[in-house]
Amino acid sequence: MTPTSPSSWRAIARQVARKLLSAVVVLWGAATVAFFAQLALPGDRATAILNIRSGRAQLRTPAELAQINEQYGLQRPVIVQYLDYLRGLVGGDFGNSYQQYRPVTAIIGEQLGATLTLSLTAIVFAWALMVVWVTLTAGRGPRLRALGSLVDVVAAGLPAYWLGIILLLVFALGLRWFPVIGGTGVNGLILPALTLAIPLAGFMSQSTRAEFERALEQPFVISARMRGMGDTGVRVRHVLRHAVIPSVTLSGWALGATLSGAVIVESIFSRPGIGNVLVTAVSSQDLPVVVGIVTLVAVVYVLANLLVDIVYTVVDPRLAAS
Amino acid sequence: MTGLASTTSTAAAPGATPPASRRAALSRWARRPWGLYAAIAFAAVLALAAIAPRLLATHDPLALDYPHSLHGPSWSNWFGTDESGRDLYSRVVFGARESLLIGLGAAAVGIVLALLLGSSAALAIKPAAVVVDRLVEILFTFPALLLALLLIAISGPSAVTEILAVGLGTAPGYARMIRGQILSAKRSAYVEAATALGHSRPRIVFAHILPNALRPLVAVFALSVGQSIVWASSLSFLGLGVAPPSSEWGALLDAGRQYIVQAGWLIVVPGLVIVAVALTATTIGRHLQSALERGEK
Repeated sequence: MTPTSPSSWRAIARQVARKLLSAVVVLWGAATVAFFAQLALPGDRATAILNIRSGRAQLRTPAELAQINEQYGLQRPVIVQYLDYLRGLVGGDFGNSYQQYRPVTAIIGEQLGATLTLSLTAIVFAWALMVVWVTLTAGRGPRLRALGSLVDVVAAGLPAYWLGIILLLVFALGLRWFPVIGGTGVNGLILPALTLAIPLAGFMSQSTRAEFERALEQPFVISARMRGMGDTGVRVRHVLRHAVIPSVTLSGWALGATLSGAVIVESIFSRPGIGNVLVTAVSSQDLPVVVGIVTLVAVVYVLANLLVDIVYTVVDPRLAAS
Repeated sequence: MTGLASTTSTAAAPGATPPASRRAALSRWARRPWGLYAAIAFAAVLALAAIAPRLLATHDPLALDYPHSLHGPSWSNWFGTDESGRDLYSRVVFGARESLLIGLGAAAVGIVLALLLGSSAALAIKPAAVVVDRLVEILFTFPALLLALLLIAISGPSAVTEILAVGLGTAPGYARMIRGQILSAKRSAYVEAATALGHSRPRIVFAHILPNALRPLVAVFALSVGQSIVWASSLSFLGLGVAPPSSEWGALLDAGRQYIVQAGWLIVVPGLVIVAVALTATTIGRHLQSALERGEK
């Protein structure tokens, strides 16, 4: 499996370099979209910023406007602002919030930990649910199979806000197993993480199930059975390994999906996090914060996909050759 | 039913015992696409609710009745009442028009945008195609919900923004799909044959590539309507779409959030309706998809 000759290593290095380059192009594009989104506020920008701050639409005196123009450098040519913005991004500077008078990175930094914890826990839950469900139901005769894929489809299609509310009603209000709101400990994490995990598990199950059933027919499975291995052993030790590959490739996407799903889940469960900050920022039109969070999620998505891609190229040299 | 019975009798061998043929008829009956029939029936009810809500509603959706506020589902109020005693069932029925229009509108915006981006990425001359291709790739890195939120942050929440935002959010994914379809049609044997026959490029594109590549779009549109309704209601749920006095379903959810402890039905029922609508659109879309695939063979 591992490449040995120097020429195949060179092919892999070339492939990895090409992927890196294309990731950089995509990131630059995302930053450009984000920058021009900030320019798109209707009307004069300095007036818009002042109105956003005060929550009232009114005419401003030149003195007020001059101060804002000075602070945000709005009088400079757009191209200079753009280059400045890009330079800032590379150094980890997302600009200043219109409303909170502080750097966007500070606002995100405070809240990012909570959201990342939620996201990663949800991904772990989704994997656990998916592996158990598929191993139990895939390739087990027509009835179980139909039930299995029906559950996959329904779970994948459940809107996060509704699932969250149902879990909240049943497990927090009805059974009182979990806190209703504001649980910051492990207990407060379980329901929000499940809300994100169930649709994700349904989505991943669909591709894993197809691969699982294909793998069950493979010669290596038949030979393992002939050596006297039990059904459970075959499923867990041989088939599962092959079946989860498509879901591994979805990891980057899953990270993006849970980070954006956090917007809804944090709102339902009143959890702190970048999702909650984003909703507040959108409703008050605090564009630097909105753009900062959206760009950050896009960056995470691109980097996670890049990582998955590179790991694949190294593990499976056939991909580099093709 | 008579057609079904006659095919059963011809399929059975002459002299076969009636119970066997009855069992065959029964199993054929059980295999009919009941899910699809249910979906079509529900879609018809929804269409009726959107066109003539007065026929289905049992109460005036705006009639206040404070003595009966926050009552659970009962015979007189099927889905219960809200904090002002308004009948939730009638509000859901009257909300159908706006909710469905937003879903259809957003799906249309998404597909048209995707069509423009996807087909130019696949068919335009090389440098332009590469640029559009990259643009689609770049937009695709923003999750749909976040792209929608970005647009709302710029232009402020309203029904029109919601339609555009959801359409813009879902477009990159569909654009990628359309681009793939067109590219695979371009490589097919019939296009090669048409090129060999000396047909002009526009003729090949419009007579061969586009009709074949875009046929699945009918099914995709149905799937997209379901998805768009879910996205749009998510935005309203966050308080960033249509505002609560309206009885758009997402707005109903948003209004019901405050009463989750006392009156859970205010949020469970509209949510259930949205899930049912999404499932309906998905079921119809999937059947269309497999019917189209069978037609190609």
